[in-house]
Amino acid sequence: MNIVNFTPVTATLGGMIIGLAVVIFFLFNGRLIGISGIAANALSEKNNRFDNLLFLIGLVIGPILYTLFTNKEINITISNSLILLICAGLLVGIGTRVSGGCTSGHGISGIGRFSLRSIIATITFMIVGILTVLIKNYI
Amino acid sequence: MNKLISLIAGIIFGTGLVVSEMINPEKVLSFLDVFGNWDPSLAFVMIGALIVSSPLFHLIKNKEKPLFADSFNYSKNKEINNRLIIGSALFGAGWGLGGLCPGPAISSIALLNINSIIFVFAMFIGFYLVKFFNLTKAS
Repeated sequence: MNIVNFTPVTATLGGMIIGLAVVIFFLFNGRLIGISGIAANALSEKNNRFDNLLFLIGLVIGPILYTLFTNKEINITISNSLILLICAGLLVGIGTRVSGGCTSGHGISGIGRFSLRSIIATITFMIVGILTVLIKNYI
Repeated sequence: MNKLISLIAGIIFGTGLVVSEMINPEKVLSFLDVFGNWDPSLAFVMIGALIVSSPLFHLIKNKEKPLFADSFNYSKNKEINNRLIIGSALFGAGWGLGGLCPGPAISSIALLNINSIIFVFAMFIGFYLVKFFNLTKAS
């Protein structure tokens, strides 16, 4: 193991901003944020559809406002293998709906309310994620 | 009012993803590369989010009702079953392949990156497949 590019300050700060979004959504609207659920329900459920769509629009506006106010460019590096992207997208879409949550729904909202179910889900997707990267990089 | 809150919560959440760099798949993949060149930053995203959201969640949930809704509405599912484990494992595999989970994937649409748009499209197909085959409810 070799520790690289470690940015604990911005990571914690960014995490606290995410936590603030969870608190605001819960305090005012009474719901806990789970992006996979919000996204899936926005397109297929009538219940809360407009709220869900507005939340998703906000998710996209966030980075745009960040760039406007800070003048900083957001750089991301993402695979350009079409097959990999489609497989990854399908797995994430299917997996999060079958297990009922993703990094936000289980990893933050679920663990935050001390749900054993979410703790088990988070440990599972972390371990499988780590193994997937291990297999992809070294075998 | 709760519509406005949905939008604002989305914007704040999206901003947190940018500040924490969780929006960058490369950053996520090096977090999962525990046995190689490991970047532990994303653990701090989770810690930051939980420090803010968990104590406030436990305070707010004891209120009679949320400020702009009739009642609190969040999952109280405690079931630990095969669906939870299998779904989480599939999600973990997709997360490890592409470095994208639902929130960052949707936020990164703002960057007009064709690869993240392909991923999001595949993810929504995944959501639909689960709904179509009714896998969320089947036992």
